[in-house]
Amino acid sequence: MRPLKTLQKLYDEESQVVITEKGSPPRALFSGENFLLEDLPVGTRVIFPRPPLAGVPNVKAAIRWAINHPEGMEPLHALLRPGMRLTCVIDDISVPLPPMATPDVRQSILEVVLELCADSGVDDIHLIIANALHRRMTEGEMRRMVGQKIFDAYYPERYYNHDAEDPDGITELERSPCGSHVVAVNRRVAESDLTVYVNVNFVPMNGGHKSMGTGLANYASLRAHHNPQTIRGSDSYMEPKKSELYRRNERIGKAIDKHLKVFHIESVLNNRMFGPATDFLHKREEDYTEGDRLKFHAMRYALSKVPRAAARTILNSVPAPYDVTGVFAGATEPTHQKILEKSWQQYVVPVQGQSDIVIFPIPFISPYSVNSILNPLLVQVMGLGYFFNLNRGVPLVKKGGVIILTHPAFDEFDPVQHPSYIEFFNRVLPETRDAVEIEKKYEREFAENPSYVHLYRKGNAYHGVHPLYMWYWGENGRQHAGKVIVAGAENNHVPALLGWDRTDTLTEAIEEARGFMGRSASISLLRIAPTVMVDVK
Amino acid sequence: MPAKAAFYDVDGTLVKTNVVHVYAYYAMNRGSLLGIAGRTLATAASAPLFAAMDAVNRKKFNEFFYRYYAGLSEDRLISVAEDMFEDVLKPALYEQTRDLIDQARRAGCRIVLVTGALDFSMRPLVRHLGADDLIANKMQFVGGKATGKVIPPIIEGANKANAIRSYCVREGLALDQCHGYSDSASDYAMLAVVGRPTAVNPDMRLRSIARAYNWPILDLK
Repeated sequence: MRPLKTLQKLYDEESQVVITEKGSPPRALFSGENFLLEDLPVGTRVIFPRPPLAGVPNVKAAIRWAINHPEGMEPLHALLRPGMRLTCVIDDISVPLPPMATPDVRQSILEVVLELCADSGVDDIHLIIANALHRRMTEGEMRRMVGQKIFDAYYPERYYNHDAEDPDGITELERSPCGSHVVAVNRRVAESDLTVYVNVNFVPMNGGHKSMGTGLANYASLRAHHNPQTIRGSDSYMEPKKSELYRRNERIGKAIDKHLKVFHIESVLNNRMFGPATDFLHKREEDYTEGDRLKFHAMRYALSKVPRAAARTILNSVPAPYDVTGVFAGATEPTHQKILEKSWQQYVVPVQGQSDIVIFPIPFISPYSVNSILNPLLVQVMGLGYFFNLNRGVPLVKKGGVIILTHPAFDEFDPVQHPSYIEFFNRVLPETRDAVEIEKKYEREFAENPSYVHLYRKGNAYHGVHPLYMWYWGENGRQHAGKVIVAGAENNHVPALLGWDRTDTLTEAIEEARGFMGRSASISLLRIAPTVMVDVK
Repeated sequence: MPAKAAFYDVDGTLVKTNVVHVYAYYAMNRGSLLGIAGRTLATAASAPLFAAMDAVNRKKFNEFFYRYYAGLSEDRLISVAEDMFEDVLKPALYEQTRDLIDQARRAGCRIVLVTGALDFSMRPLVRHLGADDLIANKMQFVGGKATGKVIPPIIEGANKANAIRSYCVREGLALDQCHGYSDSASDYAMLAVVGRPTAVNPDMRLRSIARAYNWPILDLK
């Protein structure tokens, strides 16, 4: 009979949860534009992403099947009439992360839809990017997303970014007497006979009612759910049943569905974030081959030797070879339900119980820093906003526990994409970190600052109010954690302004966390990226 | 919310011209043929001198420059201002100027133009943009003729900041909530005095100042 320990090891090979032992290999952890290689204390629970699910064999066939067999609606061809006004609305560059290798699934969907439209005599077609208060996509990014052929045919007159600040470009569908509840959408969409929403689902909080309700809205409309109260009412952004954010979006989405005819086409991807050169990052370190180890060390060495801006450019220029694992179409809710099931199937890893200390490695990219810099506010939103919420309503870290982030936390901002972030970080945070007070005192000022509005409309800047939203986004984690430590922070003032502790190394951070939580504190590491979510039992 | 205003420098910020263009227009529209030729030539010849003086000392430049208006009649200056606006200023307006001003108005700002140019030459622009107020230099007139002297204090540099501060006190505006827009490092004081400064198409010095202070930088087209 085999000794128990060997049997345990065989069993663990099937699992995505590994408990660190004495002979366990060090872990490869993202830390901004570089990697850490860290030995973790014995007993640390390491939660790995699931292997990528198999993609559909023929993406275009899956799209055609979906639009011909929609959920709760007639097939798309039955909704098309010659001479009608049709608008295709497309998710922006904030998903997926990193951007998808071409052809992007949005391009594939558009190619099928536009061909069908042409066959049905529908010529009055506009393509609008649902960027809400995100930055406008650049011409190059827009070309890459839909392919040269569609770009040439539609850009710039009929393929453009949504402008939430265009006074003539927004239609209010509903407004409560006090103005606190506004349902506003892009005017072209409001005046279209049919809207086709082309979605790419990266995590469960994308898609569904959020697509139209957020992507095509304006500040007045977004205020109803992008606020600290809604965030505090959400146990997780990723689990619709536990999310106040989702419920408020649902209310808005239902109002939109009452007024407009929207045909959703949602697609879901697996978590194949890394191509052949770096596919070892999908693996557990136990399974690394000699070649994998060599590639890891070479990459780490190279990234540490080039200037940070160059490392960023290199990393940003590597697209992800995602596979499409499903395409569904039709009415908002039944379509999104199918997508959610697929999404959870890919991401969720069941784990037993919460931990006192949780480590989140922060990579170089976020939904708001594509082709830009992960500035301190975005580090905050990655750790306390997104990673903290990668669960089904029960956080991985115990209430009052410690969150450790690995990132250099450099004081760098992109003045082109994030001009209002600079002011928020340097002017507002030194005064207060209280999200409710910030909302009350500063939100309108940032939202209405004409310079920021101009940079949003005419440049490629995030809206003036966006850094405040980023701060609210971290509210869940901030309210829940007893302490946040950023390991490897290269300065003192960034962690101090964010209200965090800092240490030079991860080992020191774990020591400090143990000092706070007790020597017997349990530790978990969410070995992200690729994306992984937990279902805490 | 306290009352606030957006203060805009004009030359180079809202329009692609400067005071020299404006004066050149006056020069070319001076009564007699000989007068036109004389003043046009004189202005053209002085252009390098103007540029040099402007770079060194904006105050001295203005004092020196406004002497060229001496002898012109007030009625004539006002009527030529209308043509000058149509021919010089209006075509030189940045395409995005109107949007920028509309945006400030929607944010609840009073619109005020602050310029070293002469008030009569800016009136048509104020009307065109729908601005609420104008802070500009005023020419001294004696017997309906310009003396070539500007009623002090000359609106430039630090005086722009003083004028803005006095304006806010007079009108009950919160200076720290007010916005300021300029293209030139010579307006550093004006930008520094308001709570919300922005560099618009900034010169090299202002661009580096704006970067150092994290002021937004707009590039109008």
